[in-house]
Order: sequence, then C-alpha cells, then structure tokens
Amino acid sequence: MRELSLNVMDIAQNSVRANASVIKIDVTEDTDKSTLEIKISDNGCGMSEEQVKSVIDPFFTTRTTRKVGLGIPLFKMAAEQTGGFLSIESQLGNGTVVTAKFISSHMDMTPLGDINSTISILIRCNPDTNIVFTHTVNEQSFTLDTNELKEVLGDVPLDTPEVMQWIDDYLKEQTEILYGGAL
Amino acid sequence: MKSLAELQAIRDKAKAQLNMRQDNPDAIRVLVGMATCGIAAGARPVLNAFTEEIAKRNLTNVTVTQTGCIGICQFEPVVEIEVPGEDKVTYVKMTPEKVAKVVNDHIVNKNVVTEYTIGANS
Repeated sequence: MRELSLNVMDIAQNSVRANASVIKIDVTEDTDKSTLEIKISDNGCGMSEEQVKSVIDPFFTTRTTRKVGLGIPLFKMAAEQTGGFLSIESQLGNGTVVTAKFISSHMDMTPLGDINSTISILIRCNPDTNIVFTHTVNEQSFTLDTNELKEVLGDVPLDTPEVMQWIDDYLKEQTEILYGGAL
Repeated sequence: MKSLAELQAIRDKAKAQLNMRQDNPDAIRVLVGMATCGIAAGARPVLNAFTEEIAKRNLTNVTVTQTGCIGICQFEPVVEIEVPGEDKVTYVKMTPEKVAKVVNDHIVNKNVVTEYTIGANS
C-alpha cells in the first residue's frame, strides 16, 4: 500500500464485514515524539482468541473467494518496519480493536496519505454505519461523528451529493486547522 | 467555516428532491471492488472519480457503492455496473481516466464500453 490511509480503508472493510454498527477511527500524531497511532475499533461480531492469533498469518482468511488475507499482515508490516507494532484485541460478540503504532521519523515510514478520502468513502458506502473519526495532531483534535450529522439531517441520507460535499469540505477545513493552515 | 446550520440548509433543500432518490427501482448501481486487492491496485481514486463524474452530471438515479473481492484480483480495480433489466457488466483494470467514458457511454447513453470489459481483457 502506498499510503497508510489505504490500509485504514482495508481494515475498516473487515469491520463492515463483521456487521459493525459503529466504526471508530482514531488517528493520533505526536510530532515531538515522532509517533503516529492509528486505532480502528468496531462493535462487530469479533473474533475468537484462536482467530486473533491466526489473523496475522497472510494465508488465513474467512473469505471464500480467495485463499489469502493480506489486510492485517500488510498493516502490521508497515508498522513494524518503522520500529512500531500492531496489536489486536477482540472478543466474540463484542467487537475488535486494531491498533498500529508507527515511528514517523523512520526512513521506512509510509505516509499517512489522504485519510479524509478514506473517511469520506467509508461514510458514502456505509451510510447506515455510524463512523466516528477523530484526528489529533499534538494537543489539537477534531471529531466527525456521522450520528451527530444524522440527527441534523433527519431522513435526508448521508450519501446525498450536497451532504457529502459538506463532509469533504468539513474534513479538509478541520485538517488544515490541525496542520496550522497548510496541507 | 463549515457549520451544522449550513448542513440544516442542505437538508431542507435536499428534502424537496428526496422522493426522487429514495427506493428508485430503476436506479443504476456502480459497485467498486474495495478489498485489499482492489485498494492496493487503485480502487479509491476510481470510486472518487465515479462519484465526482456522477455529481457533475447531476445523475440522481445512480448509486456508487463498494463491494468485496470477487476473486479476480489480477484484474483489479474491478467495477461492476448493474442497469436494471440488463446483464451486469464487469469493467477491469479501471483508472480514474477511464471513468468519464464509462459514465458517458454506458450509464448515460447505454452503450457498454466493450474495450474496458473483462471479456476484452482476459
């Protein structure tokens, strides 16, 4: 993957397939400590202890269309090649939390990339799922919670073009503020 | 600065057009493969290109959504187009540049872009 934001999209698809009604994505950057943490949590069907152990094996998958499952192994590799790590906590029936920590100053660091595009597509393609995205850079952060938007929108769907444009503009604007006005 | 008040205004405006969009049995579906294979091959910019092109042309009877891996990873990014009453068409090795032609020829003018389909590329 060229960007970590693509890994995030990939891991979030697992949450969608696990029938999660809430997917939380937290991106936390600390420029002083040169760390980046990405956490994807869901309330989907979860995994057994055995499944959690085997999910890092690229030749483990619950799919029937092909015999490999590369999502988690690729994300783990991207973290470990910077000196970071990936951890998975999961309980059957309670959901899963995937956390990846990166040392962002490492020469093998994959750039975060266009995380806003990932969030936008997740919202557009899963309008019934509550997506909660929090982006933190040092002490500043912003959160986009689709449930809050749905309360305002009533029966107007999230994937209405004007609404999606508002979401894209909001994400762009908030990210610019986080990075001090420059993207 | 984007505000919730602005979103409320969008809601009020969109409500008037809502009935046109909801539960439309004639809706055309664009399905973009977004499993690991699709994402790694460049499905995200393809999906974005479809939504942009469809919004630009104000096509209200088209929904763009994601699907998983359909088992032809070597042909990713794969896009399936379902027009009600017609056979599903599978486009392979899609790029954002090919999207405008597919929207114009297939979705708007109902002419399948044969050279981008799996039949012409396998």
